[in-house]
Amino acid sequence: MFVWLHPYAKTERAYALCNTLMPYFLSAAILGLSVGLVWGMLFAPADYQQGDSFRIIYIHVPSAILSMGTYVAMAIAGLVGLVWQWKTAYMSMIAMAPVGALMCFISLFTGAAWGKPMWGTWWIWDARLTSQLILLFLYLGVMALYYAFNDRQQAGKAAAIIALIGVINIPIIHYSVEWWNTLHQGSTITKIGKPSIAPSMKWPLLVSIAGFMGLIGTLTLMQLKNVIIERELHRPWVKQLLSERETK
Amino acid sequence: MNPRRQQRLITVSAIGVLLAGAIGLMLYALSNNIDLFYTPSEIINGKEGKKPQIGQRLRIGGMVVEGSVERNQDSLAVEFDLVDTGPKVTVSYSGILPDLFREGQGIVATGVLQAGNIIIADEVLAKHDEEYMPPELAEQMKGIKHVKPSEAGY
Repeated sequence: MFVWLHPYAKTERAYALCNTLMPYFLSAAILGLSVGLVWGMLFAPADYQQGDSFRIIYIHVPSAILSMGTYVAMAIAGLVGLVWQWKTAYMSMIAMAPVGALMCFISLFTGAAWGKPMWGTWWIWDARLTSQLILLFLYLGVMALYYAFNDRQQAGKAAAIIALIGVINIPIIHYSVEWWNTLHQGSTITKIGKPSIAPSMKWPLLVSIAGFMGLIGTLTLMQLKNVIIERELHRPWVKQLLSERETK
Repeated sequence: MNPRRQQRLITVSAIGVLLAGAIGLMLYALSNNIDLFYTPSEIINGKEGKKPQIGQRLRIGGMVVEGSVERNQDSLAVEFDLVDTGPKVTVSYSGILPDLFREGQGIVATGVLQAGNIIIADEVLAKHDEEYMPPELAEQMKGIKHVKPSEAGY
């Protein structure tokens, strides 16, 4: 596998790969989000208890699940960076951080907006909400630490360590609703066995999750391209790229 | 894999495993304090040998007992019983109840424990489960008919 992956340790190849992958992620994002959200917001049936308020699930659940998924991906990139010392691994790690932080913020924000009418409060310090807030702080910590160093290789190393330590929070978030009494309800779609969401509501949710995946991929690739260009500004291939763009 | 990389991988994973163990033990030790609320049976029988004291401020979570909701006609005061699997605890509250509040619903209340297993609450929050379904299906599967709060009659 590493024979196949190894060329992408070079920034130029990684940049080209970003360009190749971009259209796929972008079309998945546009298709998934437009179909999933319109279906969920307008055509899925209302919930038996919560009525139309439950529709915020089509934003809340994808962003919450994928804020955790992005974190794991970021930590894996950090691990690869630490062990194999590829700079592109650190670059993709730091490209994922703001995107994951955004997803995490969206999940907290929509959760608050959902909690007020349904539970009766914007915020409560239960285990699920608190651990998700810690995830946001972890993302911010990774970014803050990375940009606090002048030497990018050092920065990547330090940020990767924080990212790896933070992985312990991911199972805590997931199981918080089982291990402790919380106001937040248990998992719906990752529950094994009997599904607890009607199929007519589940399908738009899955499509929406796929759309969010596309969105995260697109934003990460855009950010990664920026990070690569910024870091390799003095390399001949970047200069050539920039001059090509100017003459256009 | 060359030896240097292998060593780095081993170091990183060893630190990871140690840390996971440490945090696991910490959370295990703290688990009582992380729980958001007491259940009614924990208030009456105690939780791990420790009973909450009268006058203690606490959170209670349980199901609203069917037919126990009593509203004062002249004010916002309301009284209801909460239950989990054992004994009941009465909650007395004055204020606006959340939309999802109804008999049989799980709720979480914050208040002060009084003698006679009564809690004077200053906040009542509704808890809902992780099941989502259209009203027709809910009626078919669970026999629950959705009642709008304004039509609930209490």
